[in-house]
Amino acid sequence: MVLIFADQTDGQIKKQAFEAISYGAKIAGQTGTTAEVLVLGTVENAASTLPALGKYGASRVHYADNPAFNGFDAQVYAAAIADAATAAGADVIVFSNTTSGKAIAPRLSARLKAGLVAGAVALPDTSAGFVVKKSVFSGKAFANVAINTPVKVISLNPNAFGIQTSETTAEVVSINLTPSAGKIKVTSVNKVTGTVPLSEAELVVSGGRGLKGPENWHLVEDLAKEIGAATACSRAVADAHWRPHHEHVGQTGGAIAPNLYFAIGISGAIQHLAGVNRSKTIVVINKDPEAPFFKAADYGIVGDAFEVMPKIVEAVKKMKAVG
Amino acid sequence: MKILVCISKTPDTTAKIAFTDNNTKFADGGVQFIVNPYDEWYALVRALELKEAGLATTVTLVNVGGADNDPIIRKALAIGGDDAVRINLESGDSFTIASQIAAVAKDGGYDLVLTGKETIDYNGSSIGGMVAELLDAPYVSLATKLDAAAGNLTATREIEGGEEVAELSLPAVISCQKGMAEQRIPNMKGIMGARTKPLAVKEPVATDALTSIVSFELPPAKAGVKLVSADTPEELVRLLREEAKVF
Ligand SMILES: Cc1cc2nc3c(=O)[nH]c(=O)nc-3n(C[C@H](O)[C@H](O)[C@H](O)COP(=O)(O)OP(=O)(O)OC[C@H]3O[C@@H](n4cnc5c(N)ncnc54)[C@H](O)[C@@H]3O)c2cc1C
Ligand SMILES: Nc1ncnc2c1ncn2[C@@H]1O[C@H](COP(=O)(O)O)[C@@H](O)[C@H]1O
Repeated sequence: MVLIFADQTDGQIKKQAFEAISYGAKIAGQTGTTAEVLVLGTVENAASTLPALGKYGASRVHYADNPAFNGFDAQVYAAAIADAATAAGADVIVFSNTTSGKAIAPRLSARLKAGLVAGAVALPDTSAGFVVKKSVFSGKAFANVAINTPVKVISLNPNAFGIQTSETTAEVVSINLTPSAGKIKVTSVNKVTGTVPLSEAELVVSGGRGLKGPENWHLVEDLAKEIGAATACSRAVADAHWRPHHEHVGQTGGAIAPNLYFAIGISGAIQHLAGVNRSKTIVVINKDPEAPFFKAADYGIVGDAFEVMPKIVEAVKKMKAVG
Repeated sequence: MKILVCISKTPDTTAKIAFTDNNTKFADGGVQFIVNPYDEWYALVRALELKEAGLATTVTLVNVGGADNDPIIRKALAIGGDDAVRINLESGDSFTIASQIAAVAKDGGYDLVLTGKETIDYNGSSIGGMVAELLDAPYVSLATKLDAAAGNLTATREIEGGEEVAELSLPAVISCQKGMAEQRIPNMKGIMGARTKPLAVKEPVATDALTSIVSFELPPAKAGVKLVSADTPEELVRLLREEAKVF
């Protein structure tokens, strides 16, 4: 059986969990077994939300509605997931490689002595053993990794597989898991509200030092607003304090894989590319035709961002007006 | 508080990524190796700051690897740290490496184990969590801030779209990323001093690998950029909508 951990915060199942379920269901189909979901903590409107997870291919949802799971502690979660997985006889356990997946999956792997592939980008190849392709060298290559243990743990990179839906509903079973005594107390959670978080954004508009200063960021923000994108920046920009550090993407910043990465006035240094090279479509606006970023781009304009960007925003407005 | 900082060796961030031996081995010929940036810039520097603030007594570096890792360990020692331990094991999967680190942490009675957010070559982001589980200790991953007081820690970690602050007790494991500290450049005194700092080499404890790398591959080459004239930016918008279908 394939067990997918569906992560929730504030009573909402995270979007990345839907993709993890779709992926787990496909593995279940491949190996002739069922895909079941595990939810820890209280979910809002559980009576409708949980059966609806069937849409992504789950036949059953194990629901441990215990307020002790509402605050995040990877240690408590890993122990509970291990208990649930063992009780249900799971042989593949799937996570989304999000901030919580990165905290829990390794703990679970060590606890169950079950091999982990973190950062999976494709379905396992089960023709000889159980081999999972993962992203390595910061998106510059892939490794095919064999999991050599009876129980396998996979943490799927967000946006690597996609969400797949059908018209089915899942059976929900309440389960009782005894939470272990936690050693972490969450004291506050601060979320940026009103904007799309970078890590979850499907569209991202990003600016580099070519924009000359923070006062010119409307060139990035106008387009982002028009298409509903999150904003990002190069490290040079964050280091200069033009933009907050959580916007910095690249080798040492966030790694993202949106459907669109729109880079304005960024040279495309190899360390920058390391954080964005898994994006589906890359657009580069740079006045230097020799900018290395053009080699990694799908579309580009060689031109001055100060002249080109307002025209692009106008064109998007027109396109939207036409519908 | 005794701190153990996990140090790994990675190819330089600009290294050309290629493979040999039928795509089973990283082609390391001519490649320069560095201390993994997350380990050096964040985990190590924050450990040193805690010691400088009188909150830690010792800072020990640990690396799992062969003798060819010694120059990297010395590089890290040039930035700071009292001593280092190398577990003499050429290669292993994340679990094997974590098992070695956990054994060192247990034997040495370390209170706090710091790792980088991830290695920039394997991108596992896994070893810290595994060490924590093996030590039955709490774990904060992707931490951007870490403060210590008597027997207690406060750590801030990244979550999707924000951050979360938590208090935890020692012993603990924390994986570190940007925000945690500012990169330090080793000075001459540090480089000279690093040569004589103790570097103990120990034999590994017995463990089994849970995974193994079968092969590597490079992503398919990009088709090449489609350039649009700066005079017709509306054409770019049309292509993004009709061809790339991104909006
Ligand atoms: C170990 C290490 C880790 C690093 N990690 C990261 C990382 O995580 N993320 C990251 O981004 N960088 C990282 N870097 C830094 C990286 O090497 C580059 O220095 C950085 O990405 C450059 O930022 P930039 O492209 O904004 O600026 P620049 O390199 O200065 O490029 C500015 C670009 O703007 C163009 N331009 C100028 N004016 C205009 C105009 N009017 N219109 C259009 N285009 C214009 C220029 O042609 C140029 O290409 C790292 C470096 C090291 C050594
Ligand atoms: N061989 C090693 N020796 C010591 N520490 C390591 C080693 N490999 C990884 N680490 C630590 O574990 C962190 C996460 O590594 P990974 O799980 O491979 O991404 C790194 O940032 C290091 O701090």
